[in-house]
Amino acid sequence: MTTLDYTDGMRDSSLSDTELDKTLVRTWSSHSGLWGMLTSTDHKVVGRRYIATAFFFMMLAGLSAVAMRLQLARPDNTLIGPDLYNQLFTVHGTAMMFLFAVPVMEAFAVYFVPLIVGTRNIAFPRLNAFSYWVYLAGGLLLWGAVLVDAGPDKGWFSYTPLSEIEFSPGKGVDIWAQMITFTEISALAVSVEIICTVFKQRAPGMSLDRIPIFVWAMTATSFMVLFAMPAVMLASTALMLDRLVNTHFFDPSLGGDTLLWQHLFWFFGHPEVYTIFLPATGMVSSIVAAFARRPVFGYLGVVLSIIANAILSFGLWVHHMFATGLPRLGASFFTASSMVIAITSGVQIFCWIATLWGQRPQLKTPLLFVLGFIVTFVIGGLSGVMVASVSLDTQLHDTYFIVAHLHYVLIGGAVFPLLGATYYWFPKVTGRMMNETLGTWHFWIAFIGMNVAFFPMHFLGLWGMPRRVYTYPADMGWGTTNLLVTIGAATFALSFLLFFLNMFLSYRSGVRAPDNPWNAGTLEWATSSPPPPYNFRRQPFVTSREPLWSEHNALPVAQGLRVDRRELLLSSVVDGDPVQRETSPDPTIWPFLAALATTVALIGSIYTPWAVLWGAPPIAITLIGWFWPKGDKEDSG
Amino acid sequence: MIAGLVWALIATPVPGHRNDPLQLDVKRERRTSLVVWGLVAATVVWLMVLTIASFLEDAQLSANPRPVLTIELTGYQWWWQVRYLDDEPAKIFTTANEIHVPVGKPVKVRLVAGDVIHSFWVPNLAGKLDLIPGQINELIVTANRAGIYRGQCAEFCGTQHAKMGLRVIAQSPDDFAKWREKQLQPAGIEGEIASAGQRAFFASGCFLCHTIRGTNAGGRVGPDLTHVGSRMAIAADTLPNTVAHMAGWITDPQAIKPGNFMPRMNVEARDVNVLANYLEALK
Repeated sequence: MTTLDYTDGMRDSSLSDTELDKTLVRTWSSHSGLWGMLTSTDHKVVGRRYIATAFFFMMLAGLSAVAMRLQLARPDNTLIGPDLYNQLFTVHGTAMMFLFAVPVMEAFAVYFVPLIVGTRNIAFPRLNAFSYWVYLAGGLLLWGAVLVDAGPDKGWFSYTPLSEIEFSPGKGVDIWAQMITFTEISALAVSVEIICTVFKQRAPGMSLDRIPIFVWAMTATSFMVLFAMPAVMLASTALMLDRLVNTHFFDPSLGGDTLLWQHLFWFFGHPEVYTIFLPATGMVSSIVAAFARRPVFGYLGVVLSIIANAILSFGLWVHHMFATGLPRLGASFFTASSMVIAITSGVQIFCWIATLWGQRPQLKTPLLFVLGFIVTFVIGGLSGVMVASVSLDTQLHDTYFIVAHLHYVLIGGAVFPLLGATYYWFPKVTGRMMNETLGTWHFWIAFIGMNVAFFPMHFLGLWGMPRRVYTYPADMGWGTTNLLVTIGAATFALSFLLFFLNMFLSYRSGVRAPDNPWNAGTLEWATSSPPPPYNFRRQPFVTSREPLWSEHNALPVAQGLRVDRRELLLSSVVDGDPVQRETSPDPTIWPFLAALATTVALIGSIYTPWAVLWGAPPIAITLIGWFWPKGDKEDSG
Repeated sequence: MIAGLVWALIATPVPGHRNDPLQLDVKRERRTSLVVWGLVAATVVWLMVLTIASFLEDAQLSANPRPVLTIELTGYQWWWQVRYLDDEPAKIFTTANEIHVPVGKPVKVRLVAGDVIHSFWVPNLAGKLDLIPGQINELIVTANRAGIYRGQCAEFCGTQHAKMGLRVIAQSPDDFAKWREKQLQPAGIEGEIASAGQRAFFASGCFLCHTIRGTNAGGRVGPDLTHVGSRMAIAADTLPNTVAHMAGWITDPQAIKPGNFMPRMNVEARDVNVLANYLEALK
């Protein structure tokens, strides 16, 4: 704190609060209008967009599920034929996983991690803007294909050889594979940003053991993305090469290997589940602490569990492949490792319950969703332990039991916390509270609808109904239960109508939110709602895990940052000691142009391998523009 | 139980209202800590028990009795080819979508993928095992009770994955031996039904894809029809095997199983019934 250089530029230390606000707004604001939209490097602007887009894609994926449920409501139904049905279940899974679940968690991180660690912007804000545009392009590519009835229809897993050109002519699978490239680029970019933000931009005083649990969860998730995503990117690229230029990565008749695809896919696919679940546990920890009005019980245990989960989740992928005829010893190893992860997940559950125990928390909507999460996630966890067993799994694999299990884990384990977090953080993002009455209705309808929709599926699975069938014969006797499931699904869908309505109404005319409506302890609540473009008037200085609780809303601050340019403070990885001032980039159009060039090249290469060649120079040009030195302003440290 | 637990935690009041969220009762925290550790330990023990139970169960299920018979099951989009193997080539025959086995005898099923990945699953006989190109999986099943067991492809294999069923019929060893003997024979019917049927079979192009042993029809794309009339269902357990359903299937297979590889052959109306009657007569 002592050696900062005061000789150049305008410093926050020399300005009064009002002058400072005025200067900071001038320095940090995005441009207005369309130009502003395309050029903004503000993590909050990008984060908001990310969240809205992810919810939009979720809505489309949800509607595909409703359509599927209508088809399955009766046996031998002919409402939707096999072609469309297969497209629907493919894009439902693909969009929910690649375009909603992972991106929405990263979107929340893009918005909140910088605020929670007390910095003015995310690390690499231009990359952040770029990642959003690439993500958007990938999403539009997939849904555009569905719109013209050319969507992929080989499942979100696209097993070879079914997805090879011989069995899947047309461009559906290529679009699917390229959509993965888009979302992976954006996910990898965001992960790098989050890791750097957390490791290098924390408020002074925020040593590793003072990092809030949500931030830990996002950091662990980001590392997982870095290690898991390359596997599927490799696989999908190899698949595209097989399809486009006749390589034989997955063709056993020419020395390839069919199962290689499954290994690569699930080496990504299983950690993927935890890249969705871990952020959700971070959200739960935030909400639980705020509503129990005490720090989360067993901070160290929870953080270590998160890290252990992140590592262990890479050792489970084979439990998706128990029916492929693997050696028994190998399969048994994966039974054991799948059981182990229940322990680390259990530790977190016990710690949350211990946090809430006897605290008489107020039953506001965010907490309702957390309680709903605990109930449903435990059910999903129990069925998960069941399918970890090889002998049980060879019966349950690819049946509706798995559909039930995965929706309990993903809706219970990730969507409920996410909805809770939306109610929890909505006031911070918009400056208005969400409506509690509508929120309570939303919760109960969602909770009941979800259970009515997915609980009976356990039985359907046990009765032998396989997954991914567009219809089933009447004499199997599954009709009534399927009708019940459809009613539940419709109810669940209805609850989202209430959710979107609530967001819309509250955004327009909700009660004005104070800075810290829930009296929570972490830094995002230390600034106004919504936060100004510069996040914090003065750089917060942190002395505990819950600075707002320990300092009673009178935070100490660090001074000396330049305010006539976008300057923020870098700190040391372990102790969070301030080490350097760094300039954050101004708004710029280059990330948008680079994303555009990338999109053209990637979509072009669905149709011709030459696109890699003619697509590269435009990308290079935009990158040169992006990195062109701009003189003193952004380049000096 | 879980819901009850959740309600309990909200209802139990904490002694003394706290204004400062950081002021925690140290004694109470320590007690809670013990409970949490206890629960974690209990979870560990419980999961270990389950894991060991799973291993033991698995070991028991994977006991390999000596099979009396080997059946090669090949999965195609979207039907099953069934070949009864034998050391004597003359005793090998091919049928489709219906497996007959002797009750109480272990039978080995060799799983071969004809095109994409499929999965053989007869829930009441055994767990599922995939048919994967480039590898052959083997499964030994024993039907302990006589009866009909329904099975279905359990790995998504394309458009008509939903209608890729099969049946396993477990019968007494005597009945099984009789059935096997019958299946070995070529189609042995004579008379008006046979001659008219065969003419229509060729005139309509059926022979291009289907085999009827004992006639000149030797197509190898679709199911072997030598004894199709003896099967319980057609189109991979999609329709009951009756003259009417067979006629419907011949007229427009794409309406019944859209996307399947049997094209609409524009069979003349007169021939539809001739064909259906002929095929049904192939017992």
